[in-house]
Amino acid sequence: MNKTIKASLATLSAAAFLAGGASAQALTGDLNIFLDTSNPAPRATMESAIADFQAMHPDLNIETTIIDRDAYKTQIRNFLSANAPDVATWYAANRMKPYVEAGLFEDVSDLWAEPEIGENLASTKGAMTIDGKQWGVPYTYYQWGIYYRKDIFDELGLSEPATWEEEKANCAKIVESGRACYAIGTKFLWTAGGWFDYLNMRTNGFDFHMQLAAGEVSWEDDRVRQTFANWRELIDMGGFLENHQSYSWQEALPFMTQGDAASYLIGNFAVAPLREAGLSDDQLDFYQFPVINPDVPLAEDAPTDTFHIPSGAKNKDNARAFLRYMVSTNVQTEINAGDALGQLPTNAMSKVDDDKFLNEGFAMLSSNSPGGVAQFFDRDFPAEMAKVGMEGLQEFMVRPDNLDAILKRLEKSRERIYK
Amino acid sequence: MTTPALPQTEYEPPRRSWYKRNEIAITPWLFLLPAILFFMVYVIIPIFQSFTVSTVAWDGLGEKEFVGLDNYRELLDDPAFWTSLRNNLIWLLLYLLAIPAGLFIALFLNQTVTGIRIYKSLFFFPFVISQVVVGLVFSWFYDPTFGLLNAILGFVGLGPINVLGDPTYVTYGIIAAGLWPQTAYCMILYLTGLNAVDPEQVEAARLDGAKGWKMLWYVIVPQLKPATFIAFVVTIVGALRSFDLISIMTNGGPFGESRVLSFYMFEVALSEYGFRMGYGAAIAVVLFLIMLCFIAYFLYSMYKEEKGH
Repeated sequence: MNKTIKASLATLSAAAFLAGGASAQALTGDLNIFLDTSNPAPRATMESAIADFQAMHPDLNIETTIIDRDAYKTQIRNFLSANAPDVATWYAANRMKPYVEAGLFEDVSDLWAEPEIGENLASTKGAMTIDGKQWGVPYTYYQWGIYYRKDIFDELGLSEPATWEEEKANCAKIVESGRACYAIGTKFLWTAGGWFDYLNMRTNGFDFHMQLAAGEVSWEDDRVRQTFANWRELIDMGGFLENHQSYSWQEALPFMTQGDAASYLIGNFAVAPLREAGLSDDQLDFYQFPVINPDVPLAEDAPTDTFHIPSGAKNKDNARAFLRYMVSTNVQTEINAGDALGQLPTNAMSKVDDDKFLNEGFAMLSSNSPGGVAQFFDRDFPAEMAKVGMEGLQEFMVRPDNLDAILKRLEKSRERIYK
Repeated sequence: MTTPALPQTEYEPPRRSWYKRNEIAITPWLFLLPAILFFMVYVIIPIFQSFTVSTVAWDGLGEKEFVGLDNYRELLDDPAFWTSLRNNLIWLLLYLLAIPAGLFIALFLNQTVTGIRIYKSLFFFPFVISQVVVGLVFSWFYDPTFGLLNAILGFVGLGPINVLGDPTYVTYGIIAAGLWPQTAYCMILYLTGLNAVDPEQVEAARLDGAKGWKMLWYVIVPQLKPATFIAFVVTIVGALRSFDLISIMTNGGPFGESRVLSFYMFEVALSEYGFRMGYGAAIAVVLFLIMLCFIAYFLYSMYKEEKGH
């Protein structure tokens, strides 16, 4: 009896010790990691970060499985319940809710109680919290905004717009020159969600947008209609790329590089392919989505990618050590550097790589987004609402006259989904 | 021990094992057993499972909640369901065009010219390549900006159309892509069928003065009946399996106008945003009932055929 108590006390103190100085103590046993970072640059970044972790813990047996990013989204359901790894990547906010509610993600509030995580990652804590507990840690995020062809703006004598009037005036001139104002590809729907996020947050504010996401406001509300009315001004002007419903976001990029479209509302991940296609930093620039309603504070979309521990994991202590490692100051600086993920570190003590777009994005999110930071349409809205919603948004962009029928349909879905 | 050993008066056959005695009756079942087992586990039982799942609300992760026929009631009220059902019917009807098209190509190729084998294989080629490749090739062909179709239309002075981006054309555009390999399939079925056409009957018909359409309709086509039956079966099955082309070419879009039932089921139950297993199962049940009509018809006609012989 005494012996068992002593033994468990010993394990407890060992666990406490591990929690205190993870990097100092070499780990043993297994660690099974599932990643969705299948694109070449993120893949290499993750592999090298894991290799460094392995070097710190030579006796730890790490097994990494990298799954195609889109296939991962459907496979996660199966492996979380059937064959859980120790660490898995996913997304913040409502996107993790089904798994949290089904009890498939481990509560990691204990990690957030540690000052290195709780204080340094404070800005993303809200996005990781459901029911007052934290369910994972964020490892990267990126800004959204309007990327534009500076050379075309110069040619037409335009400057970065700050207000809706200027935005529309700019667009009118771009259309006059025979170009589309905005490249966009809505074949996979979600890009339309970005436009709605910004238009709604600029028209009605962040809080209203979140109420809509939480199902507390009717889709047939006049304020929502106002958002669509603003959107329609750009559509009627001919501002958006024609036939966008046939293209993916990547297929819409050539219009931008060839100068047939002047700008693109998209996430920072579009910068790398645009540079590869030959646009120099003199040709490509960035501005924050302009003010529409001056009475609401500016708010931004900044989707966050995350690490979680499945509740069925077998090596949770090792997994916690790995999470601590991935969000630590130096690792965050390293994996988010311009030649790695090329995004923003979630750790406030980390350094943002000296890249034009990362600097602008970081400045925007840290000082010019007082209203709040949203995740993204399909991460803030519940999955089902996001699906029917984005379909409606795409239909609106192609057939703006159908607005009443679309809103009615969305409202009906809202009543069913949030009951 | 005590029984005296009497001389054997009657012949008693040696005792055989139970299996030996029933060998003739049992053996076929033993051979069928693995197939029956797997057919039960992977086909029959899941069909009944879909029936039960279609009566619950379930996200595939948490608790199931019994809702009775609510899923079906919601289907009746769901415009996306009716669009999918309508598209399914369009697929079934238009896909049958592959049968006459295949027949005429087969008739055209059924001759002895130098290099005919090469022509035959060229016509058969689209069936050999993967549906995914067919879908990609056609979506480039239809591409509104760079596609060949609009280049050709522009050449004869017609305006550009975005086939896959326009809700009125999109289903027909995908069916056209599907017909390409399906026609090739029907063609190969008819080519083998034409080998079995009795030359004496053709000769006799010719003596009676039949030619052209009459010859085809009254002499050739009746003899091709087995080929026509198989072509009909594979075309119906092909139309109901149209999932991959839709997924590749439009992903169900624009705004869900090119969905068919199988794709809609996948979307609501299994895709990235799909968490409604019960609703998906209800769609699967409806799809199963549609298929059941055809399956019953096929079984019936095969049964009649066998009885006739």
